[in-house]
Amino acid sequence: MAQGPTPAAPPTPRPSGRSASAAPQSAPPAIGPEEVTGAQSIIRSLEEAGVDVVFGIPGGAILPTYDPLMDSAKVRHILVRHEQGGGHAASGYAHVTGRVGVTMATSGPGATNLVTALADANMDSIPVVAITGQVTASLIGTDAFQEADIVGITLPVTKHNYLVTDPDDIPRVIAEAFHIAATGRPGPVLVDIAKSAMQARTTFRWPQTIDLPGYHPVTKPHTKQVREAARLLATARRPVILAGGGIIRAGASALLRRLVDASGAAVTTTLMGRGALPDDHPQHLGMPGMHGTVPAVAALQRADLIVGLGTRFDDRVTGLLSSFAPQAAVVHADIDPAEIGKNVRADVPIVGDLVEVIADLLVELEREQAQHGKPDVEAWWRQIDAWRSTFPLGYDETDDGHLAPQHVISRIGEITGPEAVYVAGVGQHQMWAAQFIRYQRPRAWLNSGGLGTMGYAVPAAMGAKVGAPDRTVWAIDGDGCFQMTNQELATCTINDIPIKVAIINNSSLGMVRQWQTLFYEERYSNTDLHTGHGTVHIPDFVKLAEAYGAVGLRCETKADVDATIKRANEIDDRPVVVDFTVSRDAMVWPMVAAGVSNDDIQYARGLTPAWDRED
Amino acid sequence: MTRHTLSVLVENKPGVLTRVAGLFARRAFNIHSLAVGPTEHDDISRITVVVDVEARPLEQVTKQLNKLVNVIKIVELEDDTSVRRELLLVKVKADAAQRTGVLEVVDLFRAHVVDVATETVVIEAIGSPTKLTALLAALEPYGVREIVQSGTVAIGRGSRSITDRALERVVRSA
Repeated sequence: MAQGPTPAAPPTPRPSGRSASAAPQSAPPAIGPEEVTGAQSIIRSLEEAGVDVVFGIPGGAILPTYDPLMDSAKVRHILVRHEQGGGHAASGYAHVTGRVGVTMATSGPGATNLVTALADANMDSIPVVAITGQVTASLIGTDAFQEADIVGITLPVTKHNYLVTDPDDIPRVIAEAFHIAATGRPGPVLVDIAKSAMQARTTFRWPQTIDLPGYHPVTKPHTKQVREAARLLATARRPVILAGGGIIRAGASALLRRLVDASGAAVTTTLMGRGALPDDHPQHLGMPGMHGTVPAVAALQRADLIVGLGTRFDDRVTGLLSSFAPQAAVVHADIDPAEIGKNVRADVPIVGDLVEVIADLLVELEREQAQHGKPDVEAWWRQIDAWRSTFPLGYDETDDGHLAPQHVISRIGEITGPEAVYVAGVGQHQMWAAQFIRYQRPRAWLNSGGLGTMGYAVPAAMGAKVGAPDRTVWAIDGDGCFQMTNQELATCTINDIPIKVAIINNSSLGMVRQWQTLFYEERYSNTDLHTGHGTVHIPDFVKLAEAYGAVGLRCETKADVDATIKRANEIDDRPVVVDFTVSRDAMVWPMVAAGVSNDDIQYARGLTPAWDRED
Repeated sequence: MTRHTLSVLVENKPGVLTRVAGLFARRAFNIHSLAVGPTEHDDISRITVVVDVEARPLEQVTKQLNKLVNVIKIVELEDDTSVRRELLLVKVKADAAQRTGVLEVVDLFRAHVVDVATETVVIEAIGSPTKLTALLAALEPYGVREIVQSGTVAIGRGSRSITDRALERVVRSA
């Protein structure tokens, strides 16, 4: 089926193609033919796809493409220090803008270094296009220098990928790549292009239509299912809306808020969905799952209806699947049909774009409520409010003289405010940043949710700052994570990308250490990083920051926390790295241990709510 | 464990079989047999895949397959409304003493001898998996030297064609 219009720079943050399945109203003016090299054809294609920035590193097989790239007035190239950084930067850019992020690398090791970033984007449904150079077509399969079968390698971790050996295919494949990355459930697409195709002469013609006979994302939900969902939502006594990252990808936050207000349901936003509904909304219970709030976890467990919107019922959310939400009917709406029924059986499955799903649901809900009146959820809210007052999110002060990491992270959020972008690595600091920063808008919280990629924060923050240069961007990072990708500070300094990095430095791999404390009898095998907490600072993060041309600050006392954050916020001409020395004994609570029921959530160590008394 | 036969229409492009096979491997779906070949349309290939469904429901298999960009259509072929065939070539010991007995089995199963040597014959048989299993059992006492067997191919009974609608789609977009 012909799909148009051609993928171009979307005017709004919403991915252009989500509703672009209709034929074009009028044929757009033809672009081309232009007699060019394959390399020029790549750059012309990126320009026509609306790309304004590429994060990449040149090398042998991609070299021909870097020559015309130098002349492009539309495409800015940012030279990163490692391909993984380029990939995460493209993700960060895509996440804050809603547009497709682009990364470029050479063949062999350049391409394999992208794998983690692509897998990460694949798990979190981030639209990214990766362009990689491949060895000359006649050498493919000969184990040539810097040859790697990157199409084969990335097959399981991309939404789709291509190998291009014919230069005439370049515009079509790149147009398809952007269309696939941005539409349906977004994801990464890799385009591997042989060096010989870049060097050959070809004709550039930007395709007017996209022709993919096997690719037709369903955006319009089934009316009958939506009506059934509305009926359940209008009659449930203990309803919970479980909002995931799909709300943010779809640009459906405003509609979600209307649904929440109209339904009176309790709401919980997943790790990927933080910011989909403002945290200060009175019906918002916080995050569910392994480190979710007690009210959110308890409400899901006792719900008679769960409406899952753009969420995949990940094991970190459901806990032990067989004991998840035993009394709940489940409405599950997602753009990806394969997510529905994958982990949790859906009583009402709805496939569609969440903008259309929620808009339709609102109409049907209003009709139901006009007939039957508003549902009686008063007793439910009395119950929830009791949980909220008994088990609020909190933390203990430390007793080892070091800072409480939760305090540091809370203050960064409070001082910098909801208009900033917060980007976390993976581990304890990530969970605290998800718990203790108040998110009031979508695209303000970036993290590696599905893959759990340590090292995500610095490069993703860099990409986010490029995509949203007027916003303050804080990377909330760990001392372990930071050491995996901090080379991108050089990129930030040189390219005037003034991000801020808070290293929540407990001198250890904190989340692993927490598990060793809880489940391995405090045997701390290989979790001490020696980055503070004593005489050694290896490396010294302040000196490291300075070596990169960034400002390095260290904060060790509670009295200095606010002043240090304010000072960091005032610096806008270069990156800032703040080394916050925090207690290594601080732990993330609440917690549902891996593989156990959500009913066994611990509010603090050894303290499980007595549900029967509550009920 | 239940066994299902899926007909998967895919774009006739390099690497598509790898994508399908790789999906089965990484999603922990079990393939019992797989056969791929051309169709009446140059742009479409047809993969017949027989899956053993145990841990994962069939629905997940088809949904995940459908997500592959090169997969155009998936149809499950039920046993009673489709014809399923496999091709078997088998080399059996058949010296002068045994040859009559072997040829009797060949006749009984409507198979053919396609090669004759002094000590052996090669038998070609086409049929349902059950028939071929029975044939092999009958030949076993004579001494089976070598077996090669194709995956199942299957087609629905009746006048409907599963490629029709898929074809329309491809032609319209061409």
